[in-house]
Amino acid sequence: MTDNAKPPILVAKGVSKHFGGLVAVNSVDFDVPQGKIVSLIGPNGAGKTTFFNIIAGLYEPTHGSVSFTGVEMIARGRRSWAEPLAWVVPPLIIALIGLIVATAASSTALAAVTILVSLILLISAFLLAIARPPFYLRLLTRLGIFRSARPNDMVVAGLGRTFQNIRLFKTMTARDNVMVGMHSRMRSTPVDAVLRSRRHYREEKDADAKARRWLAFVGLAGKENEVARNLAYGDQRRLEIARALASEPKLLLLDEPTAGMNPSETAEMTTLFGRIRTELGLTILLIEHDMRVVMGVSDRVTVLDHGEKIAEGTSQEVRANPRVIEAYLGKAARA
Amino acid sequence: MTDTRRQSPSGLRAVTGRIGSIAGHHQSLTILVGLALVGALLPLISAVPPFSGFGTQKDWVGGFADAGVFVLLAVGLNVVVGFAGLLDLGYAAFFAIGAYTYAYGASTFTGLQTPFWIMLVAGAVVAAVFGITLGAPTLRLRGDYLAIVTLGFGEIVPVVALNADTYTRGTNGIVGLAQPNAYGLFGITSFPITNPWPWYITVLGIIAIAFMILYRLEDSRLGRAWVAIREDELAAASMGINTISTKLLAFAIGASTSGLGGVFYAAKLGVVDPTQFHFDVSFTVLAMVVLGGMGNIWGVAVGAFVIFEIQHQGLKQLGAFIQSLNVPVFQVPVLGSVDLGGINFLKFQFLLYGLALVAMMLLRPEGLFPSRQRRHELHEVAEESEEAAEDTSEAVKGA
Ligand SMILES: Nc1ncnc2c1ncn2[C@@H]1O[C@H](COP(=O)(O)OP(=O)(O)OP(=O)(O)O)[C@@H](O)[C@H]1O
Ligand SMILES: [Mg+2]
Repeated sequence: MTDNAKPPILVAKGVSKHFGGLVAVNSVDFDVPQGKIVSLIGPNGAGKTTFFNIIAGLYEPTHGSVSFTGVEMIARGRRSWAEPLAWVVPPLIIALIGLIVATAASSTALAAVTILVSLILLISAFLLAIARPPFYLRLLTRLGIFRSARPNDMVVAGLGRTFQNIRLFKTMTARDNVMVGMHSRMRSTPVDAVLRSRRHYREEKDADAKARRWLAFVGLAGKENEVARNLAYGDQRRLEIARALASEPKLLLLDEPTAGMNPSETAEMTTLFGRIRTELGLTILLIEHDMRVVMGVSDRVTVLDHGEKIAEGTSQEVRANPRVIEAYLGKAARA
Repeated sequence: MTDTRRQSPSGLRAVTGRIGSIAGHHQSLTILVGLALVGALLPLISAVPPFSGFGTQKDWVGGFADAGVFVLLAVGLNVVVGFAGLLDLGYAAFFAIGAYTYAYGASTFTGLQTPFWIMLVAGAVVAAVFGITLGAPTLRLRGDYLAIVTLGFGEIVPVVALNADTYTRGTNGIVGLAQPNAYGLFGITSFPITNPWPWYITVLGIIAIAFMILYRLEDSRLGRAWVAIREDELAAASMGINTISTKLLAFAIGASTSGLGGVFYAAKLGVVDPTQFHFDVSFTVLAMVVLGGMGNIWGVAVGAFVIFEIQHQGLKQLGAFIQSLNVPVFQVPVLGSVDLGGINFLKFQFLLYGLALVAMMLLRPEGLFPSRQRRHELHEVAEESEEAAEDTSEAVKGA
């Protein structure tokens, strides 16, 4: 808590998530300082994963908002009703003007052309609205229309994640899994791929080299061509981290990365977290049940219970907090 | 017994491995050489004894040209179903759209005479636009729901073609479609109806181009994104893939391949009518993809070819063969007289399909020529170990 010079990379304000009657996350305020390792702990069902999924753009929050790198990314939509207008009105105006001019000049060809033009405009606007490329979202923001980010938007903005129950692309090789992670940083289009343009070649070669480097970084060198599902359990967890790192994130969300690991694997994993921060300069938000890991690496610990934030501070402070001890029913004391 | 079969081809495997690695490095060349070889060898079938009796070489080549249309349809559907994992049951709609596009662009019905070669591109583009139009509303749907919506779309197109008779001439269909023109190349101007060779070579060319494009797309950023979506859509989105535009592209590319097939088919037949595009076409093409080996372009193409030939030659010849045996009419108590010689196998084609599909799903669920990934997907041993891993993670969490 010493340097407040850099603004926090992630700020969540009053975030809630209701599943029917169940309040999984209850107005949580939370921020992640840049370059730190912050841990999120809490008993089973506390709402940690749900909170992660909100930050990652997977669940829309019931209340509250999340800003990432200073930009508001996730919140309930604002003026979203105006979006359909924004893509229906311009083609309509063009069609109207075109028809008026065409009737004045009594030319059916002109009328046909304007109708065609406005139809093409309408279809492209419609496609933009469903595909939502980043520039379209920026345009909307400029018009004062806000749409909550989707998971892929968050990745583009610089957020990488792993899953509590490993979700690799099981039939792809380790290398291909990591290359999928690079998807949002690659620029070649399907046309490049069909024409085998220089950009395609260069990018594929780069991606291959980078994938090998990421695999080596997490300790999977030599396993590039192994199919993900045939990797050992611990290696699958590492591969998930390599895949997330490949998207060049600024903030890495790790959901119980040491679950199911033996003590020595856990220790190796903990070292990896340290290297991710020092060598890559990333910020890490970690959900973890293993208290030794939490105490060992965290700069700050936040405790959730029944969807509410009950404590926040250094690991020592949190460990001494009576509410935390109560929530864990003595579990924390044992650790 | 299965063991010996697995062990014996080790020498053979080394050779095929070598060929495979050469082929992997010169993909487009492999496609061209492969298709040229196949294209040159296939017509020779009319000289091989049992087949020579079934028809003249011209009959065979004409049949192959028709089979080529289904190869195109199958490799196109393979993009949607095999690569991206989206079950599309209304694929015949895009075939119809390609065919009608040609009918509007080059027939006496509209009076337009756009060249066939331009219409090929136009048919592909129009079908792609419709592919996106269908894709857009189904993007949120998965599995069974998607299948039902696409099924609906597949039925809407022929029904519209049937009922909008001012624009489509209803059941009569649009006739008088223009023949392609080779502009004097090889001494051919307008493709003759009586000579199947130009059609055959044209469809081979279209298939070659489609193969090259699809192979290149498969081995690219987009191809990886398709597989990622098929494997785990949520994880794919969380890795930065815009699942919506990626799925739309699968629909568009699949549809445009089908559009190419539609244009060629319409031009060859010279007439389009709604009855050519019913559900049985969608179903047949899907069966071709599944039997051939989802996700593997060559496998799917072979599946399409084999099924087409069985349907159009095999069943007919089987019927003729059994008839020629002069099987006596049996008198069976309850059933009355049973005339095995009079069985019309064409009528049973869907029964035979059904049996073939059931047998395939039981014996070889990955298809005849599976892609490497599909084989892994259906590998049972790995499945068990994964479950075990999940169990341990649960156990540790519970502790
Ligand atoms: N998609 C969902 N639909 C309905 N309820 C859900 C959903 N996801 C989570 N929940 C519920 O929300 C609560 C919080 O779940 P969450 O997975 O966030 O807990 P957690 O803190 O990650 O627990 P664990 O340590 O077991 O992973 C639980 O009661 C869970 O059953
Ligand atoms: Mg959880």
